[in-house]
Amino acid sequence: MKPTNISDPNYFHKVVDCQWACPAHTDVPKYIRLIAQGEFSDAYMVNRESNVFPGILGRVCDRPCEPACRRTRVEDKPVAICRLKRVASDHRDDITARLPKPPSKMNGKKIALIGAGCASLTVANDLLPLGYDVTIFEALGTTGGLMRTNIPQFRLPPKVLNEEIQYILDMGADLKLNHRIESLKDFREKNNFDAIFVGTGAPKGKELNLPGRYDSKNVHIGIEWLESVAFEHIDKIGKDVLIIGVGNTAMDCCRTSLRLGAKNVKVMARKPREFFKASDWELEDAEEENVEIIVNHSPKEFVVKNGKLIGMLFEEIKYQINDDGKIESSDVIGEKIIECDDVILAIGQDNAFPWIERDLGIEFDKWDCPIVDEVTMMCSLDGVFFGGDSAFGPKNIIWAVAHGHEAAISIHKYCSQENLEERLPPGMNLTSQKMGLHEWSYSNDYDGSERRLMPHVDLKKRFKQLNIEVELGFTLDQTVKEVERCLNCDIQTVFAANLCIECDACIDVCPVDCLTITENGDEKDLRTRLTAPAENLEEDLYVSEELPQTARVMVKDEDLCVHCGLCAERCPTGAWDMQKSTILLPKAKDEAESSPLKKVSNI
Amino acid sequence: MSYISKPKVSHPKSKKNNIGLKRRDYEGVVSTLCAGCGHDSITAALIQAVYELAIEPHRLAKVSGIGCSSKTPAYFVSQSHGFNSVHGRMPSVATGANAANRDLTYIGISGDGDSLSIGMGQFAHVIRRNLDMTYIIENNGVYGLTKGQYSASADIGSKKKKGPANQQKPIDPVSMGIALGSTYVARGFSGDKEQLVPLIKGAISHKGFGLLDIISPCVTFNDNPESTKSYSHVRKSQNEVVDADFVPPAEEILTKYKEGEAMPVSLHDGSKIVFRKVDKNYDPTSRAGAYSFLRESQAKQEIITGLLYIDKEADDMHESSGSSSIPLSEISYEELGPGKKELANIMNRFR
Repeated sequence: MKPTNISDPNYFHKVVDCQWACPAHTDVPKYIRLIAQGEFSDAYMVNRESNVFPGILGRVCDRPCEPACRRTRVEDKPVAICRLKRVASDHRDDITARLPKPPSKMNGKKIALIGAGCASLTVANDLLPLGYDVTIFEALGTTGGLMRTNIPQFRLPPKVLNEEIQYILDMGADLKLNHRIESLKDFREKNNFDAIFVGTGAPKGKELNLPGRYDSKNVHIGIEWLESVAFEHIDKIGKDVLIIGVGNTAMDCCRTSLRLGAKNVKVMARKPREFFKASDWELEDAEEENVEIIVNHSPKEFVVKNGKLIGMLFEEIKYQINDDGKIESSDVIGEKIIECDDVILAIGQDNAFPWIERDLGIEFDKWDCPIVDEVTMMCSLDGVFFGGDSAFGPKNIIWAVAHGHEAAISIHKYCSQENLEERLPPGMNLTSQKMGLHEWSYSNDYDGSERRLMPHVDLKKRFKQLNIEVELGFTLDQTVKEVERCLNCDIQTVFAANLCIECDACIDVCPVDCLTITENGDEKDLRTRLTAPAENLEEDLYVSEELPQTARVMVKDEDLCVHCGLCAERCPTGAWDMQKSTILLPKAKDEAESSPLKKVSNI
Repeated sequence: MSYISKPKVSHPKSKKNNIGLKRRDYEGVVSTLCAGCGHDSITAALIQAVYELAIEPHRLAKVSGIGCSSKTPAYFVSQSHGFNSVHGRMPSVATGANAANRDLTYIGISGDGDSLSIGMGQFAHVIRRNLDMTYIIENNGVYGLTKGQYSASADIGSKKKKGPANQQKPIDPVSMGIALGSTYVARGFSGDKEQLVPLIKGAISHKGFGLLDIISPCVTFNDNPESTKSYSHVRKSQNEVVDADFVPPAEEILTKYKEGEAMPVSLHDGSKIVFRKVDKNYDPTSRAGAYSFLRESQAKQEIITGLLYIDKEADDMHESSGSSSIPLSEISYEELGPGKKELANIMNRFR
């Protein structure tokens, strides 16, 4: 193998598994260290830099970071990254003075954001400080989009939502509520915006067209029902409720039902548990509230008698699952009616663009979704950008934020008449963390503590009102323990081959056998010849230049390294060093600072 | 030295040996030797060897004298027996322990100072007794613990980091071991575990005295290029004459050796050592041949490594003294004590 190019920012970025997995690339280890130091406001600001809504995401993020956490590869459970984010948010001081401010002079460019959800708000957050005149058009009477309408208040209190949205609006966005855009064509003709961003989400719940569907008023579509609950148009439901589907929306529907008077809620799944779409923790939270999850039942018919829904007919299915865990075949082994008063359909959601005329020059794909460039977020019509669920279908908040950042860069470049494709590359700083003999700037001792469990409001209390937040947040003791579980993956092991005397000290001391000095070879061969075979192909091998004494190479399997720094501590020549990688991912403001136009105007 | 101990977390796929232990179960406390010390590599090789041999920790006894080397027993197999004795007197303690319990595995760790200066007499006599033990000399050519004065194994002209070059003749523990009749003599290098681990396994399985001279650079005082005990010098001057593979009892010798190239030698416990002679003229079963080869290579200033001599037929201490096959430690007091009358009879036999 060729020596690893560690000056490529992506190499070390990938080692920081959580940051790499986060669509917005939040610098997780950095903010966890700040929490450990009690610097909650700083931790909040580090979060805000990349994910904009730390308070919201600290409660309801889909947490792609956690399954990626390195800790899951050396023991069971990941660091409670999301919960720690909430700690930073809950304990921060007033940070309003630290927020970006719009310049005194605007740049004269007008931007329209359609939809006041997380994607649009992120674009506003990035563009307002650059002097853009930003107008947000929202169909509903309130901001937040699906964050407000679809996430129940017992998971995300309105106070948290309002506060973080207000930070952005206070930068000077012009908010037009109750302002549904019925026609993009009209909108473009009547207004004169320099760019339009569409962040309208995926607002249409999927239908289940089975016999009896429209014979009763007691069949609801999940996201519409949740929205009605959020706006207090619905405040009760029957005693027995069936939820069809096992995604995260289904979990919100079943738990909301319990708070509106349901006594007996069943979540009906077509497939076995391992095929569920809901996140594990959302399933656990629902089951804690005694929601029954019934597997292998496929809906067949809504049973309606005399205009009243009395139950639902299901087929019971038996699946043959092969060794790879995939379903090979299925058989219907019986039928069963399950009685109920209401049915809520939570089987997915779709994009819907009835308001975009198909002759504007925006190309749509076969699923009737606009074709959007994955880098620039622009569609085939110049100056029209998409982000969030409206771009590539339902994902989650953190993806919408990531899209928003990229769209903001594109909008800025578009308005500056720069090439959208020529974006600033990511950068990286490496700084040694050595403070003295055996002294590092981070807590390098491995803490074997188990993941802390989130304390919940007592089961008896929590159903009294719809808006009692169930999760209480980590206590001080829990926080102190949990921060120590972070392995500081951004403190990288950096190797200088020219200093190595091949004494093997690092190899001997490594607790997880990730180092080897051996003859070079191709990757496939090398992976089998290491101290411990490197079987996780997703993780790279770090291969050094030839070593001075024997011309062999040092190979590090990045897979299991716990970043304890013992290799560097035991190295007599300083060939290994622990260096913090700071990954610099350009945002719109960085593009603005490097913009040639700006440089000219500065002269 | 290091301020944090080695994290308890280990590779999730690390294998267990025949008695259900993982390699990390054979570790000791974290080393307090200088970072990069060759001794720590030898410790790692020892851990690897006893793990692969599946030795039960409580059936292992570690003994040592004084010096950097002699701190080593603390750093491997915490759950075994250990005795850190007086300077140069480890062989006596090992002899006593072995006399009382012949069934344990004995590993003695010594250094060039402990064995070739203050402990020279004990070293010579434990070889003479052919005590069933593994005797490791962690040889770095300097007294590290007293700030790096030349030891008895320093070569003429070798120069350490500070001060003038050494002018006195060295004592070579390997030549001495062969001359004194050690029944297993090998030289290894701390920076070459591929060679070292089988040499240690061979010495442990060998019934009788297994002498291992292991060159182990002192990174703090004696690892400059002008030193003949530095990593770079050993790597340049090392000449492996015999490549010895260790094959445990249950395993068959694979046909990876070409006809005529390999020579298997069976040990008492059923394991085998397969010699692959890198130098065709070398015969590791000939004491005279080994000795003269050593002298020649010394003249050429080569450091020869590998398993240099083995005699698997010689009687060990217990065999030559005809002692009980049951360890004395397991015989009851009543059986051990002949009684006043019988003792008088025995004493009379010598009058």
